[in-house]
Amino acid sequence: MIQQNAIGEISGIIPKERLFLALEDRYSYSYDASFGEYLPDIVIQPQSAGEISELLKIANKYRIPVCPRGSATSLSGGPLPVEGGMVLDMSRFPHKLVIDRENLLAIVSPSVITAEIHRKAEEAGLFYPPDPGSSHVSTIGGNVLENSSGPKGLKYGTTKEYVIGLELVTPQGDIIRTGGKTVKNVTGYDLTRLICGSEGTLGVVTEIILRLIPKPKARKTLVASFPSVIQSGHAITNILASGILPAAMEMMDNACIRAVEAYQPSGLPVDDAALVIVEVDGHPAAVEEEIADCGRICAERGATMVRVARTDSEREDIWKARKLVSPAITRMGPTKISEDATVPRSRIPEMLERLEQIRDKYKLNLVVFGHAGDGNLHPNIITDKRNIEEMRRVEDAVGEIFEAAVSLGGTLSGEHGIGTLKAPYMEMELGKAGLDMMVRIKKAWDPNNIMNPGKMFPKPGQTKVRLLP
Amino acid sequence: MKPVPSLSSGKLFDLAHQDANKCVQCGYCLPVCPTYASMGKETASPRGRINLVKLAAEGKIGILEHVAGPLDLCLGCRACEVACPVGVPYGHILESAKEAIFDEKRRNEEAAAPVAGKPGGWIARKVSGALQRIVTKHLFPHPRRLRLAGNLVWLYQKSGATRLVRRSGVIRRISPAMAEFEKVLPEVDSPRKRPRAGARYPAVGPKKATVAFFSGCLMDAMMHRTNRLGIELLRLSGCEVVIPAAQTCCGALYAHQGDKETARRLAEANIEAFERTGADWYVNNAGGCGAMLQEYGRLFREEEAMGKRAAAFAAKSRDITWILHRFGPLPFKKKREFTITYQDSCHLRNVQQVHEEPRALIRSIPGAKFVDYPGADSCCASGGIYNLLHFEESMRILDDKMESIKRTNASVLVTTNPGCLLQMRQGIARSGLGGTMRAVHLVDVLAEACGIE
Repeated sequence: MIQQNAIGEISGIIPKERLFLALEDRYSYSYDASFGEYLPDIVIQPQSAGEISELLKIANKYRIPVCPRGSATSLSGGPLPVEGGMVLDMSRFPHKLVIDRENLLAIVSPSVITAEIHRKAEEAGLFYPPDPGSSHVSTIGGNVLENSSGPKGLKYGTTKEYVIGLELVTPQGDIIRTGGKTVKNVTGYDLTRLICGSEGTLGVVTEIILRLIPKPKARKTLVASFPSVIQSGHAITNILASGILPAAMEMMDNACIRAVEAYQPSGLPVDDAALVIVEVDGHPAAVEEEIADCGRICAERGATMVRVARTDSEREDIWKARKLVSPAITRMGPTKISEDATVPRSRIPEMLERLEQIRDKYKLNLVVFGHAGDGNLHPNIITDKRNIEEMRRVEDAVGEIFEAAVSLGGTLSGEHGIGTLKAPYMEMELGKAGLDMMVRIKKAWDPNNIMNPGKMFPKPGQTKVRLLP
Repeated sequence: MKPVPSLSSGKLFDLAHQDANKCVQCGYCLPVCPTYASMGKETASPRGRINLVKLAAEGKIGILEHVAGPLDLCLGCRACEVACPVGVPYGHILESAKEAIFDEKRRNEEAAAPVAGKPGGWIARKVSGALQRIVTKHLFPHPRRLRLAGNLVWLYQKSGATRLVRRSGVIRRISPAMAEFEKVLPEVDSPRKRPRAGARYPAVGPKKATVAFFSGCLMDAMMHRTNRLGIELLRLSGCEVVIPAAQTCCGALYAHQGDKETARRLAEANIEAFERTGADWYVNNAGGCGAMLQEYGRLFREEEAMGKRAAAFAAKSRDITWILHRFGPLPFKKKREFTITYQDSCHLRNVQQVHEEPRALIRSIPGAKFVDYPGADSCCASGGIYNLLHFEESMRILDDKMESIKRTNASVLVTTNPGCLLQMRQGIARSGLGGTMRAVHLVDVLAEACGIE
């Protein structure tokens, strides 16, 4: 519980219309798109780095947990105030979005919605590739701190590949800048990269400098369906081995296809086991040739249907269906445990096989879709948290998914972040010394552990996720 | 320190918990919510409101203390339902919560206990409470009284009393918001011209269908000129038009405030009245009423026979733009060059899913240049009587919208719902566009182009 004195000091900095103590307001900042509900003691909407600096000094003095929050679309619990304290609602931070055409940069405040950056960049003939499923809702601040990416990761990399400079308020309340406006920069440690994906555990980001690239001149998209999931996996690896680097390569299994069709009929083949979307971009002539090659490879690997979008609206329809998957599968049950275990792309067929085994072993509604091209799969378990017996099986299955990914040379999380649910498995991937190095970095940055505590690092002795109290 | 589950939290659990529990909190509703944009906090968003209802149903928070306020500030535009990928029935959750709040308040009043809530502002609450009561209890369920009120407005405008009353400031003393809206009331046609209940008007040319006309309360009382013109357009499109005599208020006002009993009573009367006409379609020209008529089925979920009749009624209910588009084209007579823009009625767009038909009709007007402005699909913040009860909150959203409307350089701004129309007239007055832009019902512009007066 936050001390009265602290609230008094906070009120001296933040006017009351941007400071919420009422229960209904606090409960409205107790969740995100993942699992769990944690009531903060106070919610604040800061308007400047200066205000945040003052707030963090107070937090340090009174040992108040501080949880920065964008649009709270996180699937890993990033913004959840698991130890109470102060939520900083950064979605209301003043919006700044400057496109610097000469230097191919965007200078943005963390509150800007990612889709807005896409739009402004395209208006200037430029391109900001990272495109998480929720880009029309999520803030760039959240994207940077969770290092989200979406389907374009395969060719263009993830958010962190585009962040070259940051302004950060440190846990001590100092305002520092990392990196800058140059693509090349080897002055000291690369703190920018460390902060990207740090899940709000190292400070509060107040400005971001993003690298932009020229917009590709043309793009082509195809959709293909397969009688088995494994065949779709082979088609994906064959396309990549043929020397083509698609801009995106997505897959969804039968359950996902059906869920999308049930929600918004999009003409998807409901009887096939898997669906693959391939998009290539670049020079118009190259794009034509490459999409034809991709179609041919799909057919050789046993595709029952291959369709190339002829118009922009056909292309949009294909992507719309893909974007609907994540929420649409939730219609099958009220609780969705969404994972993003990632493996080297050559191991995709094996990972798909392992997921099928896990589904059968634990008798769970486990569906799979994802950015197959970069090995980032999204196994989702659809369940009901009121069914305690099933939730216990889910806990075991989740652990086994991580084991499978790590044993195939992959990672716990490709883009959602560790947050609360994956923390127990950190040592499995990093080893004792590797995890300890991270703990020591965190301690050096934030000795009082005020920044987003309870995330990323396992509690002592914790080796397994507990979905139920 | 958990509040003890109250009687209404139990009822709310039965009514809405399962639906509220469907929300996966993905936040896809945030970008389309007008109050989230204007008020800037999660408590004023669909995701936030659904969560509060869920918590109240679980007995974790009090429904009057913590949920009533945030829900009261919801416009009920239901844009969130369209954006929701999981299909959470927000409208139903909202109405269920309103019902539980309505019950709880009544219980409190009966027990003569003071209504819990935040201190301060009780005068405003009293005034708005009284206003709400007069409007909902003594006016809307009584078509005759409403018509009389409409006639009084006509008399008030014709007799020159308008200036006298405005100078006296008497309305402002009762409610400043009401005074603002009094200034922008549309001119009421003479009561002699009001379409008669029970009348039957033949189709012009070969008959394509018989339609039963829903007159509406506000439309019939104050905007019966639009009703009359609408009937003429229907006839020109080949429809025989009947006006069922025993029809009454659609009940939306009650359902939205949680008074389900009154809503059901009114719905039953309407179903009875329209069934008797044997018409092919039941046509209305107010997006808000139309949405209610199409959702009658929900009111009778527990009763099989009545539920079936309500569903059949709902299936036949259509907005006038849908009917005119289907049976058109209209025989336009005049060509005039002008720029026109359109404000969607939320309940026409989000609940009835009618948004292409009005646009197609506008495009078909000879000489009209249609500019579809960005944000036309977002609520104007009229919200039934929201603009009277929450004047400032409403005007903030409206003023933003007017900035965008201004850029169209349109001389005509059309809507398809009386509440939105009044709000648009207010917006035009507030943004100083009074000399260059007028707001009218789509039917009025179509009639004009067809040479009907």
